[in-house]
Amino acid sequence: MENFTPVSALIGGLLIGTSAALFLLLYGRITGISGILGGVLKPVRSDVAWRLSFIAGLLIAPLLYGAVTGGLPPVEIDAPLGLLIAAGLLVGFGTRLGSGCTSGHGVCGIARLSPRSLMATGVFMATAILTVLVTRHFLGV
Amino acid sequence: MRLIASAFLVGLLFGLGLVVSQMVNPAKVLAFLDIFGNWDPSLALVMGGAVAAAAVGFAIAGRRSAPLWAPAFQIPTRRDLDARLITGAALFGIGWGLVGLCPGPAITALSLGMWQVFVFVAAMLAGMSLFRLLPATGAAPSPAR
Repeated sequence: MENFTPVSALIGGLLIGTSAALFLLLYGRITGISGILGGVLKPVRSDVAWRLSFIAGLLIAPLLYGAVTGGLPPVEIDAPLGLLIAAGLLVGFGTRLGSGCTSGHGVCGIARLSPRSLMATGVFMATAILTVLVTRHFLGV
Repeated sequence: MRLIASAFLVGLLFGLGLVVSQMVNPAKVLAFLDIFGNWDPSLALVMGGAVAAAAVGFAIAGRRSAPLWAPAFQIPTRRDLDARLITGAALFGIGWGLVGLCPGPAITALSLGMWQVFVFVAAMLAGMSLFRLLPATGAAPSPAR
Protein backbone atom coordinates (compact mmCIF):
# COMPACT_ATOMS: atom_id res chain seq x y z
CA MET A 1 0.00 0.00 0.00
CA GLU A 2 3.01 2.33 -0.38
CA ASN A 3 1.27 4.18 -3.22
CA PHE A 4 -1.84 5.06 -1.18
CA THR A 5 -2.79 8.72 -1.81
CA PRO A 6 -5.83 9.29 0.42
CA VAL A 7 -5.88 13.11 0.43
CA SER A 8 -5.72 13.71 -3.34
CA ALA A 9 -8.14 10.80 -3.87
CA LEU A 10 -10.70 12.29 -1.50
CA ILE A 11 -10.34 15.82 -2.90
CA GLY A 12 -10.63 14.51 -6.47
CA GLY A 13 -13.66 12.46 -5.54
CA LEU A 14 -15.35 15.46 -3.92
CA LEU A 15 -14.73 17.50 -7.10
CA ILE A 16 -16.30 14.76 -9.23
CA GLY A 17 -19.32 14.45 -6.92
CA THR A 18 -19.75 18.22 -6.68
CA SER A 19 -19.74 18.41 -10.45
CA ALA A 20 -22.46 15.75 -10.61
CA ALA A 21 -24.51 17.50 -7.89
CA LEU A 22 -24.25 20.85 -9.69
CA PHE A 23 -25.44 19.49 -13.01
CA LEU A 24 -28.31 17.71 -11.28
CA LEU A 25 -29.47 20.81 -9.41
CA LEU A 26 -29.08 23.13 -12.42
CA TYR A 27 -30.40 20.90 -15.21
CA GLY A 28 -31.81 17.82 -13.52
CA ARG A 29 -29.45 15.51 -15.37
CA ILE A 30 -27.34 12.53 -14.34
CA THR A 31 -23.63 13.09 -15.02
CA GLY A 32 -22.89 9.80 -16.75
CA ILE A 33 -20.01 10.04 -19.18
CA SER A 34 -20.96 7.02 -21.30
CA GLY A 35 -24.49 8.38 -21.67
CA ILE A 36 -23.24 11.88 -22.55
CA LEU A 37 -20.88 10.37 -25.17
CA GLY A 38 -23.54 8.00 -26.48
CA GLY A 39 -25.81 10.99 -27.10
CA VAL A 40 -23.16 12.54 -29.33
CA LEU A 41 -23.00 9.41 -31.48
CA LYS A 42 -26.75 9.50 -32.00
CA PRO A 43 -27.22 13.21 -32.45
CA VAL A 44 -30.44 15.00 -31.66
CA ARG A 45 -29.86 18.52 -32.90
CA SER A 46 -30.90 20.52 -29.81
CA ASP A 47 -29.07 18.12 -27.55
CA VAL A 48 -25.55 17.86 -28.97
CA ALA A 49 -23.98 21.23 -28.15
CA TRP A 50 -24.03 20.87 -24.36
CA ARG A 51 -22.66 17.33 -24.63
CA LEU A 52 -19.72 18.51 -26.76
CA SER A 53 -19.23 21.40 -24.36
CA PHE A 54 -19.09 19.01 -21.38
CA ILE A 55 -16.52 16.88 -23.24
CA ALA A 56 -14.48 20.02 -24.02
CA GLY A 57 -14.42 20.71 -20.27
CA LEU A 58 -13.07 17.21 -19.63
CA LEU A 59 -10.37 17.74 -22.27
CA ILE A 60 -9.28 21.14 -20.95
CA ALA A 61 -9.07 19.94 -17.32
CA PRO A 62 -5.59 18.33 -17.48
CA LEU A 63 -4.23 21.34 -19.37
CA LEU A 64 -5.61 23.74 -16.75
CA TYR A 65 -4.19 21.51 -14.02
CA GLY A 66 -0.84 21.56 -15.80
CA ALA A 67 -0.89 25.34 -16.19
CA VAL A 68 -1.63 25.85 -12.48
CA THR A 69 0.68 23.23 -10.99
CA GLY A 70 3.41 23.31 -13.63
CA GLY A 71 3.26 19.55 -14.21
CA LEU A 72 0.94 17.27 -16.14
CA PRO A 73 -0.56 14.25 -14.39
CA PRO A 74 1.11 10.92 -15.17
CA VAL A 75 -0.65 8.50 -17.53
CA GLU A 76 1.08 5.12 -17.52
CA ILE A 77 -0.19 2.52 -20.02
CA ASP A 78 1.75 -0.51 -21.09
CA ALA A 79 -1.05 -2.39 -22.85
CA PRO A 80 -0.27 -3.50 -26.42
CA LEU A 81 -2.38 -2.41 -29.42
CA GLY A 82 -4.63 -5.48 -29.54
CA LEU A 83 -5.49 -5.23 -25.86
CA LEU A 84 -6.28 -1.50 -26.16
CA ILE A 85 -8.70 -2.22 -29.01
CA ALA A 86 -10.37 -5.15 -27.23
CA ALA A 87 -10.71 -3.16 -24.00
CA GLY A 88 -12.11 -0.12 -25.80
CA LEU A 89 -14.70 -2.20 -27.66
CA LEU A 90 -15.78 -3.92 -24.43
CA VAL A 91 -16.01 -0.64 -22.51
CA GLY A 92 -17.93 1.12 -25.30
CA PHE A 93 -20.36 -1.70 -25.99
CA GLY A 94 -20.72 -2.75 -22.33
CA THR A 95 -21.48 0.73 -20.99
CA ARG A 96 -24.24 1.25 -23.57
CA LEU A 97 -25.73 -2.22 -23.07
CA GLY A 98 -25.61 -1.77 -19.29
CA SER A 99 -26.72 1.90 -19.60
CA GLY A 100 -23.92 3.38 -17.50
CA CYS A 101 -20.31 3.36 -16.36
CA THR A 102 -18.34 4.35 -13.25
CA SER A 103 -19.91 7.82 -13.24
CA GLY A 104 -23.58 7.17 -14.10
CA HIS A 105 -23.93 3.92 -12.13
CA GLY A 106 -20.96 4.09 -9.76
CA VAL A 107 -21.28 7.70 -8.58
CA CYS A 108 -24.76 9.05 -9.40
CA GLY A 109 -26.54 5.69 -9.16
CA ILE A 110 -25.11 4.74 -5.78
CA ALA A 111 -25.70 8.29 -4.49
CA ARG A 112 -29.41 7.89 -5.21
CA LEU A 113 -29.46 4.20 -4.13
CA SER A 114 -30.76 2.96 -7.49
CA PRO A 115 -31.07 -0.84 -7.36
CA ARG A 116 -30.01 -1.12 -11.02
CA SER A 117 -26.90 0.97 -10.40
CA LEU A 118 -25.98 -0.89 -7.21
CA MET A 119 -26.22 -4.15 -9.15
CA ALA A 120 -24.30 -2.79 -12.17
CA THR A 121 -21.54 -1.36 -9.97
CA GLY A 122 -21.19 -4.63 -8.06
CA VAL A 123 -20.98 -6.55 -11.33
CA PHE A 124 -18.45 -4.31 -13.09
CA MET A 125 -16.25 -4.03 -9.99
CA ALA A 126 -16.28 -7.82 -9.64
CA THR A 127 -15.46 -8.54 -13.30
CA ALA A 128 -12.76 -5.83 -13.33
CA ILE A 129 -11.10 -7.24 -10.19
CA LEU A 130 -11.35 -10.75 -11.63
CA THR A 131 -9.87 -9.58 -14.95
CA VAL A 132 -6.89 -8.00 -13.19
CA LEU A 133 -6.45 -11.13 -11.08
CA VAL A 134 -6.41 -13.37 -14.16
CA THR A 135 -4.24 -11.16 -16.38
CA ARG A 136 -1.69 -10.16 -13.71
CA HIS A 137 -1.42 -13.19 -11.51
CA PHE A 138 -2.31 -16.14 -13.75
CA LEU A 139 -1.32 -14.98 -17.25
CA GLY A 140 1.37 -12.51 -16.14
CA VAL A 141 0.35 -9.86 -18.71
CA MET B 1 -26.23 29.24 -24.19
CA ARG B 2 -26.40 29.02 -20.39
CA LEU B 3 -26.65 25.22 -20.68
CA ILE B 4 -23.64 25.06 -22.99
CA ALA B 5 -21.50 27.26 -20.73
CA SER B 6 -22.45 25.44 -17.55
CA ALA B 7 -21.92 22.03 -19.18
CA PHE B 8 -18.38 23.16 -19.98
CA LEU B 9 -17.73 24.22 -16.38
CA VAL B 10 -19.26 21.04 -14.97
CA GLY B 11 -17.11 18.98 -17.37
CA LEU B 12 -14.05 20.98 -16.36
CA LEU B 13 -14.73 20.38 -12.65
CA PHE B 14 -15.36 16.69 -13.30
CA GLY B 15 -12.14 16.42 -15.32
CA LEU B 16 -10.15 18.21 -12.60
CA GLY B 17 -11.49 15.66 -10.13
CA LEU B 18 -10.31 12.84 -12.39
CA VAL B 19 -6.87 14.46 -12.69
CA VAL B 20 -6.41 15.36 -8.99
CA SER B 21 -7.52 11.88 -7.89
CA GLN B 22 -5.20 10.29 -10.53
CA MET B 23 -8.10 8.36 -12.02
CA VAL B 24 -6.77 9.42 -15.43
CA ASN B 25 -3.78 7.18 -14.78
CA PRO B 26 -4.64 3.60 -15.80
CA ALA B 27 -1.74 2.26 -13.70
CA LYS B 28 -3.35 3.80 -10.59
CA VAL B 29 -6.73 2.29 -11.48
CA LEU B 30 -5.24 -1.17 -12.08
CA ALA B 31 -3.39 -0.93 -8.74
CA PHE B 32 -6.80 -0.37 -7.10
CA LEU B 33 -8.41 -3.29 -8.93
CA ASP B 34 -5.46 -5.54 -8.02
CA ILE B 35 -6.77 -6.44 -4.56
CA PHE B 36 -4.82 -9.70 -4.52
CA GLY B 37 -1.54 -7.96 -5.40
CA ASN B 38 0.12 -4.77 -4.17
CA TRP B 39 -3.24 -3.12 -3.48
CA ASP B 40 -3.63 0.67 -3.66
CA PRO B 41 -6.98 1.52 -2.02
CA SER B 42 -6.94 5.20 -3.14
CA LEU B 43 -9.76 4.87 -5.64
CA ALA B 44 -12.16 3.68 -2.93
CA LEU B 45 -11.78 7.19 -1.48
CA VAL B 46 -12.40 8.74 -4.90
CA MET B 47 -15.66 6.79 -5.12
CA GLY B 48 -16.54 7.56 -1.49
CA GLY B 49 -15.92 11.30 -1.88
CA ALA B 50 -17.78 11.45 -5.19
CA VAL B 51 -20.79 9.49 -3.92
CA ALA B 52 -20.97 11.61 -0.74
CA ALA B 53 -20.96 14.91 -2.65
CA ALA B 54 -23.40 13.63 -5.29
CA ALA B 55 -25.71 12.31 -2.52
CA VAL B 56 -25.96 15.84 -1.11
CA GLY B 57 -27.08 16.96 -4.57
CA PHE B 58 -29.72 14.21 -4.77
CA ALA B 59 -30.94 14.99 -1.24
CA ILE B 60 -31.47 18.65 -2.18
CA ALA B 61 -33.00 17.65 -5.52
CA GLY B 62 -35.44 15.36 -3.72
CA ARG B 63 -36.99 18.36 -1.97
CA ARG B 64 -37.44 20.34 -5.18
CA SER B 65 -40.04 19.90 -7.88
CA ALA B 66 -37.70 20.99 -10.68
CA PRO B 67 -34.05 21.87 -11.24
CA LEU B 68 -33.07 25.56 -11.26
CA TRP B 69 -32.62 26.04 -15.00
CA ALA B 70 -34.70 23.28 -16.60
CA PRO B 71 -38.38 22.31 -16.50
CA ALA B 72 -37.96 18.84 -14.96
CA PHE B 73 -35.53 16.32 -13.48
CA GLN B 74 -34.43 13.60 -15.93
CA ILE B 75 -33.56 10.81 -13.53
CA PRO B 76 -33.84 7.15 -14.61
CA THR B 77 -36.93 5.52 -13.15
CA ARG B 78 -36.40 1.83 -13.97
CA ARG B 79 -35.81 -0.46 -10.99
CA ASP B 80 -35.82 -3.90 -12.65
CA LEU B 81 -32.62 -5.92 -12.98
CA ASP B 82 -32.49 -7.34 -16.50
CA ALA B 83 -30.00 -9.38 -18.49
CA ARG B 84 -28.84 -6.38 -20.53
CA LEU B 85 -27.87 -4.44 -17.41
CA ILE B 86 -25.90 -7.32 -15.95
CA THR B 87 -24.27 -8.46 -19.20
CA GLY B 88 -23.37 -4.87 -20.12
CA ALA B 89 -21.86 -4.18 -16.70
CA ALA B 90 -19.89 -7.46 -16.84
CA LEU B 91 -18.44 -6.66 -20.30
CA PHE B 92 -17.60 -3.12 -19.21
CA GLY B 93 -15.81 -4.46 -16.11
CA ILE B 94 -13.69 -6.83 -18.21
CA GLY B 95 -12.66 -4.00 -20.55
CA TRP B 96 -11.96 -1.70 -17.60
CA GLY B 97 -9.82 -4.38 -15.95
CA LEU B 98 -7.83 -5.08 -19.13
CA VAL B 99 -6.42 -1.57 -19.53
CA GLY B 100 -7.61 0.54 -16.57
CA LEU B 101 -9.54 3.12 -18.59
CA CYS B 102 -13.25 3.93 -18.31
CA PRO B 103 -15.09 6.58 -20.38
CA GLY B 104 -14.48 9.75 -18.30
CA PRO B 105 -10.78 9.27 -17.65
CA ALA B 106 -10.23 8.05 -21.23
CA ILE B 107 -11.67 11.27 -22.71
CA THR B 108 -9.84 13.44 -20.18
CA ALA B 109 -6.51 11.68 -20.82
CA LEU B 110 -6.81 12.35 -24.59
CA SER B 111 -5.32 15.83 -24.18
CA LEU B 112 -2.18 14.34 -22.63
CA GLY B 113 -1.34 13.04 -26.10
CA MET B 114 -0.57 9.34 -25.67
CA TRP B 115 -1.34 7.22 -28.75
CA GLN B 116 -2.62 4.39 -26.57
CA VAL B 117 -5.45 6.60 -25.27
CA PHE B 118 -6.46 7.59 -28.80
CA VAL B 119 -6.63 3.92 -29.84
CA PHE B 120 -8.69 3.07 -26.76
CA VAL B 121 -11.15 5.95 -27.29
CA ALA B 122 -11.55 5.12 -31.00
CA ALA B 123 -12.33 1.50 -30.09
CA MET B 124 -14.68 2.67 -27.32
CA LEU B 125 -16.65 4.86 -29.74
CA ALA B 126 -16.75 1.93 -32.19
CA GLY B 127 -18.11 -0.28 -29.39
CA MET B 128 -20.78 2.29 -28.59
CA SER B 129 -21.73 2.47 -32.27
CA LEU B 130 -21.90 -1.34 -32.48
CA PHE B 131 -24.40 -1.29 -29.64
CA ARG B 132 -26.72 0.85 -31.73
CA LEU B 133 -26.96 -2.00 -34.25
CA LEU B 134 -28.60 -4.17 -31.57
CA PRO B 135 -32.38 -4.46 -31.88
CA ALA B 136 -34.19 -2.37 -29.28
CA THR B 137 -35.96 -4.13 -26.42
CA GLY B 138 -39.65 -3.83 -25.67
CA ALA B 139 -39.02 -1.94 -22.44
CA ALA B 140 -39.12 1.85 -22.50
CA PRO B 141 -35.58 3.21 -22.85
CA SER B 142 -34.07 4.61 -19.68
CA PRO B 143 -32.92 8.24 -19.94
CA ALA B 144 -29.25 8.47 -20.94
CA ARG B 145 -26.88 8.43 -18.00
